[in-house]
Amino acid sequence: MSRGSKIVINDFSFYYDSSQALRKINLDIRPKEIFTAFGPARSGKTTFLKSLNRLTDLISGASHTGTIHLDGMNIYDPRVELTHLRRRIGMVFDLPTPLPMSVFDNVAYGPKLNKIIHRRRLTEMVEKALRSAVLWEEVKDRLFTSALRLSGGQQQRLCIARILALEPEVLLLDEPCSGLDPISTASIEETLIQLKKDYTIILVPHNVQQASRVADRAGFFLNGELVEEGPSYQIFTKPGDKRTEDYVTGRFG
Amino acid sequence: MGALSTIAVMILILLQILREGLPVLHLHFFLDSPKNMGREGGIFSTIIGTMALTAVAIFFGAPLGVGTAVFLREYTRESKISRIIRFGTDCLAGVPSIIFGLFGFVFFVIRLNMGWSILSGGLTLAAMILPTVISTAEESIKAIPPSYREVSFSLGGTKWQTITRVVLPSALPGIFTGVLLSVGRSIGETAAIILTAGSSLVMPTSLFSPIRTMSVHFYILAREGISMKMAYGTGAALILLVLMVNIIAQWLINRYIQHRT
Repeated sequence: MSRGSKIVINDFSFYYDSSQALRKINLDIRPKEIFTAFGPARSGKTTFLKSLNRLTDLISGASHTGTIHLDGMNIYDPRVELTHLRRRIGMVFDLPTPLPMSVFDNVAYGPKLNKIIHRRRLTEMVEKALRSAVLWEEVKDRLFTSALRLSGGQQQRLCIARILALEPEVLLLDEPCSGLDPISTASIEETLIQLKKDYTIILVPHNVQQASRVADRAGFFLNGELVEEGPSYQIFTKPGDKRTEDYVTGRFG
Repeated sequence: MGALSTIAVMILILLQILREGLPVLHLHFFLDSPKNMGREGGIFSTIIGTMALTAVAIFFGAPLGVGTAVFLREYTRESKISRIIRFGTDCLAGVPSIIFGLFGFVFFVIRLNMGWSILSGGLTLAAMILPTVISTAEESIKAIPPSYREVSFSLGGTKWQTITRVVLPSALPGIFTGVLLSVGRSIGETAAIILTAGSSLVMPTSLFSPIRTMSVHFYILAREGISMKMAYGTGAALILLVLMVNIIAQWLINRYIQHRT
């Protein structure tokens, strides 16, 4: 196990019933970097993200082999507390998923689950999270209106703020800009670059361009296989594998 | 055409009942207890009886029904057990109310020795409304986007937290509708109630007191030819009560939905 890695993935394979979604993934994620997992649809990227915080546990008939370590702790160890793991590794989904409650309650949802109910403490946490997600200025006057009334881009940043309120260590983002216009996309990307200072970020990008804009390192997924990974300038300019090159240059995908 | 005739039938019923009943409706009709078997006085004790019985029915029926729906939707996958439970509720929904009455009489009134009482009647009604509560609650839980649950889990929520903080609040309007239908059914029931809660006109003092509900009162007044005037008055009051319950409930639920979206 290499030192200094936040997440170490060893020979990790994942199966839905009998079909294999991930094939022997080996990968180290370093702390405070943006790693992007990119590739065509159905190449296992989402499964990859969800297996990192074990949201895959919700799927019946799923199984896996290999290991994933977070700071040296095997996350599939039976002793691992799922709720605790998921607070450390937060996830933002491809479509904005505000819960049908106020902006404030959305952000406070995680801390409240964690038995933080002191009002002033909550207020501080919510403000801090919204500021980190670069949303505070836009919503500070309507914290108590329903989150469903925000625009798509605001909703997605709200989802990021909701994760940040838990003070996680790792952020998983699954095509967070797929439903958004270019301006909202730009503001999310700026937010991500801000967040990199404090968090390890694993991003499934919207497209190759986004991956090359924000990533420190990148990995190309194809049919559940991690074809190659490396610093993003290398992956996007002179990839080692023919398949990566074909995809990056737009010959397929 | 169909919609129009539906409305026409409704208006016809309302007009008929209200035309005959409204003249009887004075304040003292609501606030006086029946005298002389209901020929004179008001219907106060039957209003109390109706409310108490309905409250008991909802108190037992709603949590049990919602709990069953949560179990079916959140804790089991389609399996033998869930199919048996669903088959059971479907059968229950098709049982005539007089059969429930008979069951309540044999089981609650006699076997459990509760006598003709609010409790016996309420428990019988609870069993009767169970299928409605279960199926409406199940439908509204089913309609909740799966992403809500996923979000809650991804934020470190346990299953129980997810159910109590996301699933049930989102399903509440649907659950409420089912409960409201059940309230309507409880208020309107007669046969099963006569068998389990009796038809006493005396003001109830405890859960073990027998009572007469407004519907039963109406039925007895008309059936035994005691007083058609009072019967129509009771009918009109019943309609107004149901209308009021529905309006208030609708208002509450709209406010709730508005607050969340």
